[in-house]
Amino acid sequence: MSTEPAASTLARPRTRPAWHVATVAETRRETPTAVRLVLDVPTWPGSEAGAHLDLRLTAPDGYQASRSYSVAASTPAAPGSPGQVVLAVDEVPDGEVSPFLVRDVRPGDQLELHGPLGAFFVWRPGQSTRPVQLVAGGSGVVPLYAMAAAHAAAADETPFRLLYSVRTPDDVWFADELAALAGPTLALDLVYTRRAPEGTADVVGRLTRESFAARVLPAAERPRVYVCGSTGFVETVAGWLQELGHAAGDIHTERFGGLT
Amino acid sequence: MTHHLDGNVLAGALSEIFTADVTTARGRCAGCGRTSPLAEAMVFTDAPGLVARCAGCDQVLATFVDAGDRVMVSLAGLSAVELRR
Amino acid sequence: MSFATRGFSGRRRERDDRLPPGQTLVQDWPVLSAGPTPQIDTGDWALTVRDETGTEHRWSWDELLALGVEDVTVDIHCVTHWSRLGMEWRGVSLDKVFEDVESEHEFVMAHSYGGYTTNVPLEDLLDGKAWVAVEADGAPLDPEHGGPARLLVPHLYFWKSAKWLRGFTMMPDNEPGFWEQYGYHIYGDPWKEERYW
Repeated sequence: MSTEPAASTLARPRTRPAWHVATVAETRRETPTAVRLVLDVPTWPGSEAGAHLDLRLTAPDGYQASRSYSVAASTPAAPGSPGQVVLAVDEVPDGEVSPFLVRDVRPGDQLELHGPLGAFFVWRPGQSTRPVQLVAGGSGVVPLYAMAAAHAAAADETPFRLLYSVRTPDDVWFADELAALAGPTLALDLVYTRRAPEGTADVVGRLTRESFAARVLPAAERPRVYVCGSTGFVETVAGWLQELGHAAGDIHTERFGGLT
Repeated sequence: MTHHLDGNVLAGALSEIFTADVTTARGRCAGCGRTSPLAEAMVFTDAPGLVARCAGCDQVLATFVDAGDRVMVSLAGLSAVELRR
Repeated sequence: MSFATRGFSGRRRERDDRLPPGQTLVQDWPVLSAGPTPQIDTGDWALTVRDETGTEHRWSWDELLALGVEDVTVDIHCVTHWSRLGMEWRGVSLDKVFEDVESEHEFVMAHSYGGYTTNVPLEDLLDGKAWVAVEADGAPLDPEHGGPARLLVPHLYFWKSAKWLRGFTMMPDNEPGFWEQYGYHIYGDPWKEERYW
């Protein structure tokens, strides 16, 4: 997905964020409350795993609303094929933008995007050999799924673990894709807080510091940790990680909130 | 309970000013002297503008006011920003 | 390069003569916050007014309420384009607060717990135009809405109605407060759409 860096620069693609016009190619139900949007973006330059974009809607009277969304997957535009961007959006009740994206958007509709954005909460193949621990709460899995997919696509041998906290099996985002990625290169650990899949012995309940500690890479292995979820989830998890001995500089966080 | 996001969310606003993504850049808080990546600042988005505050002392590091055809930017709370070449 | 997004209207925008230009009517009360929310107990709360001689007039919570709490029904207009109409408040008129304040200065800086500031001409705070509000919608002000007490200056954009109010300083010149330094208008009349510099 990333381009070869010029020899004299840092090993980092330098993609200037720009405005893009996206056309909705496909909408698909992701969970009972969320939708996946597949967008054709003829000018998309590609994006790093974990990057986000700002999506802007304009009403006929000029009123505008914009929100930030993580990119779940993307392909850069190439001669003869448009770029593609995959987003997943959870409906926030009484929200302004998310109910429109979840309920009203149809194939053929056009949206404005500004991106790709964010070079901090990203994972790059070959950047480091240290193991990676991903921790997702609910829809916070989107940028972490992008990292796990990039890790697999690059055949990168860095150990990867994903701890994913969801309410029920119906609330798992990118369930099929994550199941396909799980294996030798990705240790996938789902935690159900309300209801586990039928016929499994999974314990239902919220994570505690002790159950969390038992399911993530220990601080002694010095993993790079990426945490994404609601503000409360991220603050709780980041607090546990520091108590468990992880250095603050190894913990990358992305809170989402206000995504109405 | 404070409702803030991470400095990552500043990438869009900062891209209007800087050619590089400066959320990865380290900045020094003019209040307490803490030096950390802008991506680790506390960002308040439910406000008349974006307000980035130091995660150590709450001091305002940067603000962005979107006035439609203009954007008003203050970086007054940062005594320095380290940009990698 | 913007174009209208098919089917998107945003929050419903109703026309009403009481709405200044560019404003949208809301029924809820959005919470805007530029920083952490201070939690102040009324037992620890105090209001001070400081004049050019350095003299401080000070009211405890009970002393403020003893000045007389009145019912106020006003429209409020936030610079982020929402308005609420006919909102019911209770508060102490700033005429009472400034009654014994002797000052030659014509401008006031309002200060908040947490460090927020906003500037207002003194004449915009007097003659029944502004209050120290302690209740809204029939209940004490929540911390997220500026409780225990906030400034209420409904004829200006709502950023002037400082949350978590703790005092006023008299100023010879119209120095800018927090948002006024960072790009918002020095006065902020919603009917003239004085939003930005």
